[in-house]
Amino acid sequence: MRIKPSAMVMALYLIFLMLPIYWLVNMSLKTNTEITGTFSLYPHDLTFRNYRVILTDPSWYMGYVNSIIYVVMNTVISIAVALPAAYAFSRYNFMGDKHLFFWLLTNRMSPPAVFALPFFQLYSSIGLFDTHIAVALAHCLFNVPLAVWILEGFMRGVPREIDETAYIDGYSFPRFFLRIFMPLIASGIGVAAFFCFMFSWVELLLSRTLTSVNAKPIAATMTRTVSASGMDWGVLAAAGVLTIVPGALVIWFVRNYIAKGFALGRV
Amino acid sequence: MEKTTNNRAWFLVLPVLVLVAFSAVIPLMTVVNYAFNDTFGNNEFFWAGLEWFDEMVHSSRLHGALGRQALFSAIILAIEVPLGIFIALNMPKRGFWSSLVLVLMALPLLIPFNVVGTIWQIFGRVDIGLLGHTLEALGLDYNYTNDPIDAWITVIAMDVWHWTSLVALLCYAGLQSIPQAYYQAARIDQASRWAVFRYIELPKMKGVLLIAVLLRFMDSFMIYTEPFVVTGGGPGNSTTFLSIDLVKMAVGQFDLGPAAAFSLMYFLVILLVSWVFYTVMTNMDRSASDIPEGL
Repeated sequence: MRIKPSAMVMALYLIFLMLPIYWLVNMSLKTNTEITGTFSLYPHDLTFRNYRVILTDPSWYMGYVNSIIYVVMNTVISIAVALPAAYAFSRYNFMGDKHLFFWLLTNRMSPPAVFALPFFQLYSSIGLFDTHIAVALAHCLFNVPLAVWILEGFMRGVPREIDETAYIDGYSFPRFFLRIFMPLIASGIGVAAFFCFMFSWVELLLSRTLTSVNAKPIAATMTRTVSASGMDWGVLAAAGVLTIVPGALVIWFVRNYIAKGFALGRV
Repeated sequence: MEKTTNNRAWFLVLPVLVLVAFSAVIPLMTVVNYAFNDTFGNNEFFWAGLEWFDEMVHSSRLHGALGRQALFSAIILAIEVPLGIFIALNMPKRGFWSSLVLVLMALPLLIPFNVVGTIWQIFGRVDIGLLGHTLEALGLDYNYTNDPIDAWITVIAMDVWHWTSLVALLCYAGLQSIPQAYYQAARIDQASRWAVFRYIELPKMKGVLLIAVLLRFMDSFMIYTEPFVVTGGGPGNSTTFLSIDLVKMAVGQFDLGPAAAFSLMYFLVILLVSWVFYTVMTNMDRSASDIPEGL
């Protein structure tokens, strides 16, 4: 049987992508003595103890809950404010529109490191430090511009005639927007939500700076595994595996839109 | 599509404006405030003028970090962009395999940055990691915590692992939009594989490729968490990039003035480069829409 060269390339690339992840999963199923003692390509002494530690200890699993709370809040806020703005950019010329659009994009470009300290001071001074909403608002910095950008691309593809027909039929703007327009760009909303979820989920610098106990994200909790008795590698690996799971689930649901979304509807 | 002029559209943009102003402009003003003032605590500020900027422009520490950052971004772009295009050309076009490949490729993109760091930290360790262990077994002297070159290789391999899929997926989306008729025409003309790539696929990918380069430039230029977890900026300062240095300065040493001046210059560099990209991109958009539809 002849193997196609393109299949070979893809196989090699996917192996390169999967090996580090496999290694993490492998380690999460081993005991610490096996990890540090012997070098094995698969767990000889299969154990779920590492996962049990995480799923029974509130200080661990609350990290996941916190992360999911602020990620969902951020996604909802970002999409809600980006929808009307993207509509305005896709349908109308108005004073300063080009400059405004670029200014929005610059926020996607600003390094979170620049904003870490000012954010800390801002949210401390208004009493929002260590709350989920603080992180959700902070992540709007880069997610709102991105959502506007993606949604604008999708909305441009919807013909104007639809808007006009709806107005002639006596639809008011809000009713038209909710009942007719939003269903038309549903896939665009899905893609934008996916990206907001993704960037909020993976971000650590801001979410760690803005929280201490009550809203601490899982990513920050993971630094706990360094203790006096040395690294708890097994638990660290298990925590890592569990942070990949929500992402993998989300990808599976939007897989048909991913390629389109990555092109931001602008191909 | 013609747009109508309507200044009331501002009302639709208003929520975004308020939200982004709150989360971008206010903090930025704080940074500007620190950059031009000196403080000894207690919220007392003394005008420092351009003193901090002067100090930063001449600081060898900043020059070092900037040089390393530029080198890092250049290497990243030089590897990820060609590799991404190559992978995209080889991806299955439709069917079950295409979905599966898409999902697997997108996986690294959705792993939290510090977990990416942790994965590679473990993967590269000589005692417990597959990569480190294999390299050692092959007789190579590899230790990313002691050797600057090894640290660089590890950080770059990690970034290639993490982000090449983004470039590939963008290019893939561009390729998907090429009508089959183009390929058929090329086959009739007996165009070589290279000619098909050069004159059909590359021009069609140009738009998404620019987005990819822009995103990869911005994100690699402000990379923080991944190298911080893997190497902590070491050994020595060899993998201390701009953001790592900045956080060290602002949060670690609390040198607010210099750190703020640093931030502003950092921001301006990214802004400048991004503006150039953005202008090129919008110009391309315009010239593309001037071409009439069809062959």
